[in-house]
Amino acid sequence: MKRRNFLVGIGAAFLAGCKEIGDSRWFEALVDTAEGWHRGIHRTLGVGRIAMAPEYDRSEVSPYFRGNGSLTVDTPEYRAALEAGFPEWRLEVTGLVDNPQSFSMAEIRDMPQRTQVTRHDCVEGWSAIGEWTGPQLSHMLEMAGVQEGAKYAVFRCADNLNGQDYYESCDMDDAMHPQTIVAHLLNGEALPEINGAPLRLRLERQLGYKHPKYLTGIELVASLDDIAGGKGGYWEDRGGYQWYAGI
Amino acid sequence: MANAPAKPKKRHALGTRIWHWVNLVSVTILFMSGLNISNAHRRLYWGDWGFAAEHAWLEVPRFPGWATIPGYYSLAAARDWHVLFAWVFALGLLVFMISAVRNGHFKRDLFTRLAEWRPANIWHDIREHLRFNFEHEGTKFNFLQKVAYSKVIFLLLPLMIFTGMVMSPGMEASWPWLTDIFGGRQSARSIHFICAWLLFLFLVVHVVLVLLSGPARQIRDMITGGRNDEAA
Repeated sequence: MKRRNFLVGIGAAFLAGCKEIGDSRWFEALVDTAEGWHRGIHRTLGVGRIAMAPEYDRSEVSPYFRGNGSLTVDTPEYRAALEAGFPEWRLEVTGLVDNPQSFSMAEIRDMPQRTQVTRHDCVEGWSAIGEWTGPQLSHMLEMAGVQEGAKYAVFRCADNLNGQDYYESCDMDDAMHPQTIVAHLLNGEALPEINGAPLRLRLERQLGYKHPKYLTGIELVASLDDIAGGKGGYWEDRGGYQWYAGI
Repeated sequence: MANAPAKPKKRHALGTRIWHWVNLVSVTILFMSGLNISNAHRRLYWGDWGFAAEHAWLEVPRFPGWATIPGYYSLAAARDWHVLFAWVFALGLLVFMISAVRNGHFKRDLFTRLAEWRPANIWHDIREHLRFNFEHEGTKFNFLQKVAYSKVIFLLLPLMIFTGMVMSPGMEASWPWLTDIFGGRQSARSIHFICAWLLFLFLVVHVVLVLLSGPARQIRDMITGGRNDEAA
């Protein structure tokens, strides 16, 4: 019995130690440092080319596309806009740009389009394949003229989850990536409500929470510190998810 | 036997000992934080995709707080632990493999010889195990030990690393062929889960056999290195 108590004691001490470490500042700092390495290593390993997320054949699309997180924007205005086909919806491009833009849905549909069949990986573990269509974000940013100091693109959304507006952000490397598109079609049809109608960002080399839905604005900034909780995204601020979600 | 290579003085080389304990810590943390991550989505699938019950081949139980790191459900914190200790685990294995090639541990102790695969030898080994007789002359490990250790070191541990890498979308963009080898991201996730439990099974058998074969001496030798002449 004594030996068993000893083993239980070791187990309890191990768990208490893990809790102590997990709550410490230096562990948080170490995790943040590792996040930077991961981003650097992922970008470095794709040497000599732009690392692209795999694209699938149209026949490999999942039978339907799961919705998660916000499944709608809970306002009468959104409901009315959804029913009318979003004639008044606008996407603003602001911040560190030469010419701020405000695009209508018609203008977005008229831009050069990219269609890609990609796999969406939720941080929870599931995956779904869908065909997304929309203009490249780089096209919109080039129209607005990116200024020198811009380091991050911040994505503003209409949905409000647990009393906070959803938002996300990425670095300029991801913002200018060819597969980063502002999608308005899923599997050839207007984006469904649960998947972010009318506009959703696709950031294919990162996990699902980095693909904000119900998109209303894109802002180029030099720092994320003064935006909402300062960590660069809704889940990053609220739940402690990593800002770089390439893992 | 004059030409036989000299046996090392220590029963366990320094590199083996350091790796053994570092690996115990990192695998324990990876396993327990992995169970926390599993609680976020308890279904497993084959192929590239899957998200609903009708696509799943298995729904695993929810793992209780005492078995997870942290001890409450937190996908964010569990992922921090998991991703950080994946580095300790992977680099530790790499350094151990290099040192075990250099000091001859793999060649001398772990690789089986053709003669050992004779059914009579395997059967003899199984019988001796069932009698709890772990004495074996000549070589350091018997046949079953060699097979178990080499399968873990050369198969299960690398599989954990590579299937883990497949699940990273950033990694996949750089090395998409890795996903294809495992037949898709969800297949890699399933294999990751299966191998984690096979490692747990190995740990249980390993600990039971240590307890049956003089645990105090075994643990002491894995710390100090022990002396080769007392280990028959």
